[in-house]
Amino acid sequence: MLEQSVGALDIVVVLIYLLVVVYLGMLGYMRTKSATDYLIAGRQVHPFVMAMSYGATFISTSAIVGFGGVAGLFGMDLLWLTFLNIFVGIFIAFVFLAPRARRMGHHLDAHTFPEFLARRFESKFLQIFAGLVIFLFIPLYAAAVLIGGSQFIAVQFGVPYETALLVFSVIIAAYVVVGGLKGVMYSDALQGTIMFVGMLILLIFTYQKVGGITAGHEKLTAMAGLVPGKLKAIGHTGWTAMPPFGFGDIKYNLWWLVIPTITLGVGIGVLAQPQLVVRFMTVKSKRELNRAVLIGGVFILVMTGVAFVVGALSNVFFAEQGPRLKGRVVNVIDAEKQQAVMQIMTQDEAGQWIDVEGKMAPVLLDGEIAGQAEVEGETVDVVQGGSISIVIAKGDSGKIIPTYIKIALPKWFGLLFLLTLLAAAMSTLSSQFHTVGTSVGRDMWEQFTGKHGHTMLVTRVGIVIGIIYAVLLSYYWQESTVIPRATAIFFGLCASAFLPAFIGALYWKRMTRAGAVWSCLIGFVITAFWLLLVKSKEAAAIGLVQKLTDGQTSILAGKPNWDWVDPICIAFPISILVAIVVSLMTKPPSQDHLDKCFNK
Amino acid sequence: MLGIEDKGVLTAYLLCIASTLLCVIYGLINWNRGDEEVQPDDVKWAAEEKKVEEEI
Repeated sequence: MLEQSVGALDIVVVLIYLLVVVYLGMLGYMRTKSATDYLIAGRQVHPFVMAMSYGATFISTSAIVGFGGVAGLFGMDLLWLTFLNIFVGIFIAFVFLAPRARRMGHHLDAHTFPEFLARRFESKFLQIFAGLVIFLFIPLYAAAVLIGGSQFIAVQFGVPYETALLVFSVIIAAYVVVGGLKGVMYSDALQGTIMFVGMLILLIFTYQKVGGITAGHEKLTAMAGLVPGKLKAIGHTGWTAMPPFGFGDIKYNLWWLVIPTITLGVGIGVLAQPQLVVRFMTVKSKRELNRAVLIGGVFILVMTGVAFVVGALSNVFFAEQGPRLKGRVVNVIDAEKQQAVMQIMTQDEAGQWIDVEGKMAPVLLDGEIAGQAEVEGETVDVVQGGSISIVIAKGDSGKIIPTYIKIALPKWFGLLFLLTLLAAAMSTLSSQFHTVGTSVGRDMWEQFTGKHGHTMLVTRVGIVIGIIYAVLLSYYWQESTVIPRATAIFFGLCASAFLPAFIGALYWKRMTRAGAVWSCLIGFVITAFWLLLVKSKEAAAIGLVQKLTDGQTSILAGKPNWDWVDPICIAFPISILVAIVVSLMTKPPSQDHLDKCFNK
Repeated sequence: MLGIEDKGVLTAYLLCIASTLLCVIYGLINWNRGDEEVQPDDVKWAAEEKKVEEEI
């Protein structure tokens, strides 16, 4: 099948790519190992390598395929997330949190995020609890990355999703078995670099296809009339416009999805990502972090910024140059702009045009007539036109970016991009499963039993369970609209449960053990409560709320916009408040301990 | 400006570029600042971390 659909040039490009990757990988593996090798030798990791490998761990198919697809659906308002990715995820993280986390982590000899919190606040409970939360919830995020990669493979090669997931999972498992978990910085950095170049090409190509920056944006703005009615009802006002803000009406639902859930949840949650916090500890000095700010900022702009802009602009491409839909006009949206709602039609065996039952689409008409049809005794023109991204992707936002790349770009680029994206997904998944393993072995097993004997075995078992769990979730969910939701749940949970304690650990000496423990617990409990019973999409998927409320998807159903409010809006502020109030009410930590943490 | 009329989206677009510039300028100014000698606890930490990595 592959031979039929792929030309000689495509095979040559992919082979060259694979050879270069293998060669550089081997070179890198022989010469350099992980960041810790550098640190042991007292050497500086090249800032480019440091930033690129951090970036490859941070950015994955979830961001490009999942959130890029969301931008294709909802538009450029997603750029608020890019802004937070850069300003919070890079600038604030590297300038204000990383240097302190690194120093304190070394003083306390902490090697996992739960261990860091536990040693800073002298609480074994905190380590076990945080380890458990990570073990249970990182696989959600890993599943989001797996689904993104599998969808891309499925679209690119035209194979069923299940086949793609199986192949991708086997590759991941093999990668993990041969030692991919050790985080060899050079291969991560190489993947980061190729992704960077690939995204730049994608951006330039896309702007060129839609007629330039300003012209492309103007065309996208002019397409606002093509927003489907269902999306209009929840506040979608076009791909270059913010959804209206307010409370108490379903027309504000989209704002509550885009801003708190996607932008704030993911944008702020990144600060308390367990796998990224440990990464900060592997650098030699603040100088490396300073340099990484420069490269990291540019990297993230080119990754998520491009994914969101291209995702949104894919609407212009599909409408003007994408697959042509044929049918009859049932509703003229804007005659001047040639925008209409079309009943899709097809030709039967006799060559007669007939309606495709239940298939309507908003289209930008070409002005060409493809034929004529008899409808209810009247002769009507069969016209043709292009539709918006979500229609072309058959209603699945996660297919927008893969479909766009497949249709709009040369095949060799699509294949190269796919390989790069899969490589980046592998480095993200590696670090996720690494974190799952240590949370089981080091944070839970060692702390529970007090033994160190079987840690290695337990860690490995933890990784295997983590992989199986993530693959099962990916199989069960399939729909790639889950990608941004699963990612947002994990990031939001990290923010609400861990961020107040983490920032307090670094900046507030008065913060006590009780303050940290209660802040984590309350942040977690409120998030869980909200996801189980209030936020309707997630609660409906879990199913508990229906049993308690006779089929309602939220205990606040019928009270807009409560069932769209993200748990972070409630859990995060309360978690901060609890951290402060409980700390002030309890005995401060001893000066000796603080001296040890802050190395006075 | 740039074909985007909505102020909210335009602000986000421009803030993305501005925050990247902030990162670039900060990185350039501090390119050679912040070098630290490796302390014994850094090396101890790295040795232990290597053990953790190898266990996996």
